[in-house]
Amino acid sequence: MDSKKRLIISLILLLTLIVATPALAHIERGEAAGFFTGLSHPVSGLDHVLAMVAVGLWGAQLGAPAMWLLPVIFPMVMALGGVLGLLGIPLPFVEVAIALSAVLLGIMVMSEARPPIAVAAILVGFFAVFHGHAHGTELPVGQSGLLYSMGFVMATGCLHGIGIAIGLIHRWPAGKIALRIAGAGVALGGAFFLWGAFY
Amino acid sequence: MGGILLRFKDCFSIRIFGIIGGFILFLRAAPAHAHLVTTGLGPVYDGISHLALTPEDLVPTLAVALLAGLGGARYGRMTLFAVPAAWLIGGLAGLVLTTAVNPYLTTVSFLVLGGLVAADLDLSPRVMITLISIFGLFHGYLNGSVMAQANLGFLGLVGITATVFVMIALVAGFVVSLKAKWMRIAVRVAGSWIAAMGILLLGWAVKGG
Repeated sequence: MDSKKRLIISLILLLTLIVATPALAHIERGEAAGFFTGLSHPVSGLDHVLAMVAVGLWGAQLGAPAMWLLPVIFPMVMALGGVLGLLGIPLPFVEVAIALSAVLLGIMVMSEARPPIAVAAILVGFFAVFHGHAHGTELPVGQSGLLYSMGFVMATGCLHGIGIAIGLIHRWPAGKIALRIAGAGVALGGAFFLWGAFY
Repeated sequence: MGGILLRFKDCFSIRIFGIIGGFILFLRAAPAHAHLVTTGLGPVYDGISHLALTPEDLVPTLAVALLAGLGGARYGRMTLFAVPAAWLIGGLAGLVLTTAVNPYLTTVSFLVLGGLVAADLDLSPRVMITLISIFGLFHGYLNGSVMAQANLGFLGLVGITATVFVMIALVAGFVVSLKAKWMRIAVRVAGSWIAAMGILLLGWAVKGG
């Protein structure tokens, strides 16, 4: 199959996805709702989105092995935080830590910081606990815990992927500057949420 | 136009953007609020739908297929036949013994298989065959004991085993075909997601207990 045919088929498939409408034949209950609730949970909070995308941006900026190591470490450590949350074990200053993660990760991207990989992994892993805790405590009653968990793990991973994809502009000189500006934007957004967490 | 298309095809980052675009569309898609209890098409189809709608079986099966695919064509072929065979044997044992096992034990499959995919360890054939046989026997037993209680019997088990075979063939075959380094890394990231789900499932097990 030549490239033109592939392109046309891909576009048709994308178009099919875009125009697809939901089948609202049944009321929401149980398992499917649990999965989609989990999938939408990280995306519904802009503070989460900023931090997750920033992880991807920073990973892309640091290059291999950080580019894949950070998205591998994050979900597993986040899951530990999630377990704490769902067991009802309290963590102090969760909202503050989530906002602070966006500020610090944004600053890392803005300053193009290149710490040792272990330091980067510890920093990202530390904040992952708080993000996971927030997801773990917010399972709606009556929904499947496992599917909810699957949903928020997958959504978080996709947000990292988006960050990495955007971060690939780092290979071009103008892209490097744009990426640093994006880092500044993430840090500012994080500062806004940090303000909100205190007041 | 042709030149633009050629550059489009050759540009690595555009492919990434395409994949991420697909993810965004996937996330944007609204849920189809349908639920399925029985297919009404008989025990074979009920078995097929059981696997497809049971994440405790479905996700570890995906993990074992990813692991086999990362190991290469040899491991892929080994897994393709060993897992369904072990699943069937375990299922028959479950049908006969019918002793219920705590379903949260599937957490081990999530953690071990997801962790191994994430680590991309170079497993020896002996370790691999032992691992996938235990996996198949255990999940087969779980399914068999459930099938016995639901009166789906051997045919339900056949439906599950056939689905396991097809799923491993498709997923492992796809992973074996991946040549680009970044795609292999994407598979490892998927493994870390499965391990993370296992950690959370463990949490739900502790909470439930």
